[in-house]
Amino acid sequence: MTRSVPVRVHRDLARAITAIENGYASFGDTLATLPARENGKASFVVGVTGPPGAGKSTLVDRLIEKFRAGGETVAVIAVDPSSPFTHGAVLGDRVRMQRHSGDTGVFIRSMASRESGGGLAPTTHDATALAAHAGFDVILVETVGVGQVELEIVAVADVVAVVTVPALGDSVQTIKAGLTEIADLFVVNMADRPGASRTALDLKHMVRESGRDVAVLQTIASEGTGIDDVMVALTAARASESSNAGRAVRFEVVRNIRDAAVRRALAVLDAPRGRSVLERLRAGELTRLEAREELLVYALAEVINAD
Amino acid sequence: MPIKVLVAKPGLDGHDRGAKVIARALRDAGMEVIYTGLRQTPEMVVNASLQEDVDVIGLSILSGAHNAIVPRVMDLLKQNQMDDVLVLVGGIIPDQDIDALKKLGVAAIFQPGTAMDDIVKFIRANVKGAGVPL
Repeated sequence: MTRSVPVRVHRDLARAITAIENGYASFGDTLATLPARENGKASFVVGVTGPPGAGKSTLVDRLIEKFRAGGETVAVIAVDPSSPFTHGAVLGDRVRMQRHSGDTGVFIRSMASRESGGGLAPTTHDATALAAHAGFDVILVETVGVGQVELEIVAVADVVAVVTVPALGDSVQTIKAGLTEIADLFVVNMADRPGASRTALDLKHMVRESGRDVAVLQTIASEGTGIDDVMVALTAARASESSNAGRAVRFEVVRNIRDAAVRRALAVLDAPRGRSVLERLRAGELTRLEAREELLVYALAEVINAD
Repeated sequence: MPIKVLVAKPGLDGHDRGAKVIARALRDAGMEVIYTGLRQTPEMVVNASLQEDVDVIGLSILSGAHNAIVPRVMDLLKQNQMDDVLVLVGGIIPDQDIDALKKLGVAAIFQPGTAMDDIVKFIRANVKGAGVPL
């Protein structure tokens, strides 16, 4: 049976996400506006990441179709970049998923990345938790088009699929750190293009050498080819006790430390001590490195005093 | 907080250059623009607006179908308690149809030749509640 979610819940969830996104309400207060999920089952969160134009949205569209065919409800959180200059954004991931628009078992929300640089928006984690609370069985989180170091998806998703395309580089690219380390599953999309087998082979070698059990699959998402294999891999990952729990906690802690440090450092900059550091930096009395160290000491002193 | 705008192209004409130009201009004005693509039904437009919780809906209609599409959109918005969303229509809209569209609750109609700046100013001046102009 194909389940659905009442339109009322769609609206409540949409408004809850806005409240979190804009900081109008705390996560706890917002959670209270949503009815608790009925079936008690934990949501399955799939992260979809990879470079711009690799076909992430198209793959997500296909995955929605498959999960719906299995009778599960699906929420999508799709992140696109904000301009660092105007703060504006064009969020276009929805275009690829519009055929699911009339299906009340599918909730799709776009988020602008705002000031975050990790491939997600600052509140994507919270939005995902809200969608889970609202009772969606599967949550697909699509990152902005990423390069090599935007890895925050690890902290949000149970399983991360890294989508790539043929001929983005030679085998050296596959041994670089970052994106390739967080994949639970590699999808070489646009597999009808030249170089697809080579790219898949390079990734398979990398996976084997790293001793991890990561599937490398080929798809043509626009035609729906290879999607069943992706579903098999996702289902297997869902059934297994994933090691991602530990990874997610560690990542979350690091992110919180970094956010807190940046916040404190910015606060110090506005205080007289911080202004004096900036003035001495401008006057050439301090090097950048010295200024940074001095500001860090002040920021950490703030932490200690606050505690 | 950025104003959120859904730009949609309802109906069957396949020309979305104008809608994309608008999306880009609103982005440059600091707004978050959800672009939904071509051939949207009124149901799709309202459903997307509900899930995206937008402040503004901009409909680009060049096909002459505005008198069929817009009433349906306004009706669905009411049914979903979304009357507070600002609805704008742009494209090829004959002068004689403007009053009727405004009576339905459309906040403004932008005909060909409208300066982009006027659209941005109108949105900033008329968005209720959440959106605070930057």
